[in-house]
Amino acid sequence: MQKQSSFGLAKAVPAFLLLLLAVVPFAASYFEQPFYLAFFGRIIIYAIAATALNLALGYGGLVSLGHALFMGLGAYSVAIASFHEIDSGLAHLAITVAVCALVGLVTGAISLRTSGIAFIMITLAFGQMGYFVFVSLKQYGGDDGITISATSKLLGLDLGNTMTVYVVAFAVLLALLLWMARLRVSPFGMVLRGARENARRINAIGLPSKRYQLLAYVMSSVLCGISGILLANLNAFASPSNMAWMVSGDLIVMVVLGGIGSVFGPLLGVLAFLGLEEVIKGYTEHWMAIFGPLIVLVALLGKAGIVGVLEKFDDWRASRAVRIAPVAAQKQESAA
Amino acid sequence: MQFSKFIPALAATALMGIASIASAQVKVGLTGAMSGPVALLGQDQYDAFMLAVEERGGKLGGQAVTVIKEDDQLKPELGNQIVRKLIDKDRVQAIVGLGFSNVVMASVKPIVESGTVAIATNSGASPLAGANCAANIFSTAWPNDGAPEAMGKYMQDKGIKNVYLMAPNYQAGKDMLAGFKRFYKGNVIDEVYTQVGQADYSAEIAQLQAASPEAVFAFYPGGMGVNFVKQLSQAGLLPKLPVYSVFMVDGTTMPALRDAAVGSITGMMWDASLNTPENNKFVKAFEAKYKRVPSEYAAAAYDAAQVLDVAFKKVGAKVDDKKALAAAVKAAGAEIKSVRGPFRFNNNNMPVQNYYVFNVVKEGNQVVTKQLGVALANHGDSYSAKCPLK
Amino acid sequence: MSFSLILSQLLNGLQFGVLLFLLAAGLTLVFGIMSFVNLAHGSLYMLGAYFAATAYNHTESFTVAVVAALAGCIVVGMALERLAVSRLYGRDHLDHVLATFGMMMFFNEAARMLWGPQPYFLPVPDMLSGTVDLLGISYPAYRFAIIVVGLLVAIGAHLLMHKTRLGMLIRAGSINPQMVGALGVNIKLLNAILFGLGAALAGLAGVMAGPILSVQVGMGEPVLITTLVVIVIGGIGSVSGALYAALIVGIVDTMGRAFLPMLLRDVMSREAATAAGPALASMLIYILMAVVLALRPQGLFPARRA
Repeated sequence: MQKQSSFGLAKAVPAFLLLLLAVVPFAASYFEQPFYLAFFGRIIIYAIAATALNLALGYGGLVSLGHALFMGLGAYSVAIASFHEIDSGLAHLAITVAVCALVGLVTGAISLRTSGIAFIMITLAFGQMGYFVFVSLKQYGGDDGITISATSKLLGLDLGNTMTVYVVAFAVLLALLLWMARLRVSPFGMVLRGARENARRINAIGLPSKRYQLLAYVMSSVLCGISGILLANLNAFASPSNMAWMVSGDLIVMVVLGGIGSVFGPLLGVLAFLGLEEVIKGYTEHWMAIFGPLIVLVALLGKAGIVGVLEKFDDWRASRAVRIAPVAAQKQESAA
Repeated sequence: MQFSKFIPALAATALMGIASIASAQVKVGLTGAMSGPVALLGQDQYDAFMLAVEERGGKLGGQAVTVIKEDDQLKPELGNQIVRKLIDKDRVQAIVGLGFSNVVMASVKPIVESGTVAIATNSGASPLAGANCAANIFSTAWPNDGAPEAMGKYMQDKGIKNVYLMAPNYQAGKDMLAGFKRFYKGNVIDEVYTQVGQADYSAEIAQLQAASPEAVFAFYPGGMGVNFVKQLSQAGLLPKLPVYSVFMVDGTTMPALRDAAVGSITGMMWDASLNTPENNKFVKAFEAKYKRVPSEYAAAAYDAAQVLDVAFKKVGAKVDDKKALAAAVKAAGAEIKSVRGPFRFNNNNMPVQNYYVFNVVKEGNQVVTKQLGVALANHGDSYSAKCPLK
Repeated sequence: MSFSLILSQLLNGLQFGVLLFLLAAGLTLVFGIMSFVNLAHGSLYMLGAYFAATAYNHTESFTVAVVAALAGCIVVGMALERLAVSRLYGRDHLDHVLATFGMMMFFNEAARMLWGPQPYFLPVPDMLSGTVDLLGISYPAYRFAIIVVGLLVAIGAHLLMHKTRLGMLIRAGSINPQMVGALGVNIKLLNAILFGLGAALAGLAGVMAGPILSVQVGMGEPVLITTLVVIVIGGIGSVSGALYAALIVGIVDTMGRAFLPMLLRDVMSREAATAAGPALASMLIYILMAVVLALRPQGLFPARRA
């Protein structure tokens, strides 16, 4: 079965959505709806986090139920630095990268000694430990969180401004998606995906699968941390609830909903999750009673998420074209 | 699954911008925790506010008003988003409620930046009473330290030698115990902070038992209070150990506690049994409409509605002039007939009011509160001097 | 730190552990036999408490409340199994996570719609409302009853698993489900009964927790996480593992919360101890789990596999 390449829905829908997201800042200022700027900004930031998670989860097969920890670490890097009156965006970035890489390395190395459900639970444990550590930091607000007064100043831009953080986040998302697409078919990506399918074979070829997985995990944590920086600037607030296990759960749901292992899956998943939430909320305050069963339905249909649905649609159209073409050729023959 | 169709539709709708033309109607956002262990507090505030609006024919200050209700689920990040939505999308003229202290603190930046009038009816966090006070942020509830200061004084005057303190570990909990210690000069055996939303206090109660204090002073609002008092009662501590509290035995918890509450002493700026004409009228109307006794959160929200009523009338058509509205609200504080007795806004926009002490007794089949006295009269708070506002 | 304090905290830990066991038993069986990750287990616990509260409000009888909780949860559990869960067997664990996450959302909101947002009140049954005096302490009679009931259930579970035909089928199913099906046993019915049993135990936990904690929306989530920790420590698929692990986790958590802050105050300044104490205490069970997984990833008492 041939896949209709660039005209397939699986490519067109994400492209269209990215275009819409690019237009949002202009539309928001024209229609004077700053709320939507912040709303879609949040979506973009969560899309970055979900895509980062997809690197570990989708490509690497590492189900991490503690990834919100890295979002929180990124947010707190900004918050704590701001508390000490450091507002340089470069400093915030450096701290986040260093902290997330270190924590990712340590937790990843320990977690990768296990697999399956044990891996999930250990990552959960690390997430919870981080949560409780920050709850105990009374000086930095503890359970109440801290307001960020000195938002990141990067290259002359102040990320505390909603428009600025939106544009920066969008740029980051585009760069990340491009990178993920290239990574998927790069040698590193192939080894990683091979390790997910069958680690023993990869090891037999002579490639240390665990090392590749650890590298993927660390890269994933750093990228998640970057989404945390952006989130902290958007909200001008950081709290331990940023790294609660429910957030990690939400991220996994968004990735799986969108299409695990695909490039655009996480973006579609986040848009569907947060977007639907907002749409249904507009109609009824009992939105969870509708949203919940919808998620169950998506899981039951099991078509590899939204991306899977789109790809199935493309395949169906392709198979229709293949069926129609021979008939047309026959007619031509008989007409000739 | 046609999610793929929803997304473009949603984006298109959003981008078309159902541009809200500034309508002549006044909009007020009412936020609070409407779900979870403290849901009844949010519900009481909403119900009391709506009662006041209905009593004025759906108007405040002579202008038709729409109330937008939002649930912050006791989550600071959610509170922040809701406040932004109310200010940027719904363009409300005022926000009432604001929820618990930790949620309020997360929402301060958007409120201060926009200058929108915000009236807290569930808290009075100490940072907002001191150096971080803002001209457009008010509280018609209490400064967090107020009621515990009154209890501290009461217990000091009563000659209680040592006390065991307990509260949940967040801004209000810390404020409450700090306020208590400011006026109580006896011996504090221990100061225990538990997790917010914690349900099982058996470990802490065992510690309490082992410490054998003369009395315990606790702050556990809403569902936390129900659990704590019930478990105290199950441990056999209740008739024996004197329990002094704030916000733990009130309209929101007494229906669930029933007999377990009898004997406890509580301090508050208001209680349903307060015998003033305004209060009797309020309590009767609330009970008739909602079939339950109002709590101090309801009283605070009712007074917030009264304040907005006076303020909106003052500004008249210029209801979008945020500075003018804030000034009108401040002046309105002293002009309303509050259900709690004397009331006005201090320079830091926190209430100046009386704090009463109540005893919970059993009368026949009913569990009721009886006023024991006024612990502090026309009391402000200890942070007002740090606030630069006049 | 007196002996009586240690004893009462030990009993508290035991009581918490027993409650965890009731939840863990069902969850570990479903996970071990059907390989199904059920995040909605906490919702069944919540529903049990709500069914009990409603029954009590109508009849003022605790016994009826317990029966209502058990019956209600069995019905909901079996319905859930037939409608959704059975279609997900053999699928990726992530599909399970997604589906049960959605169910969790639905149950929380449905409970809020049916029963309202405020907490419900379930009183301790009158004959258990006093305290029990033993070894110098007076311990709430009701909590003591929970410990007794939990241990009885544990014994009952052991008898069921090892002395009845159903138990034999369950144990066989945990080792090789296809073979059991091939031998002519109605594996679908077995799975449904198993799921229903797990739901009933969760409901029982809900009903027993009701009088101590308040019955409210979302009461299942915090306890779900601890339950997952328990089954991982105990070993997935093993009910006896769930029992020992639950007791260990319950005691470690309670004693940690009670004594760690005190102990820390002896070695560091009061300020640091008040900050570090509760944090360390909350982390304790996760640290325990991480250590167990690092040293013995299959759990402390894993089910024996063929």
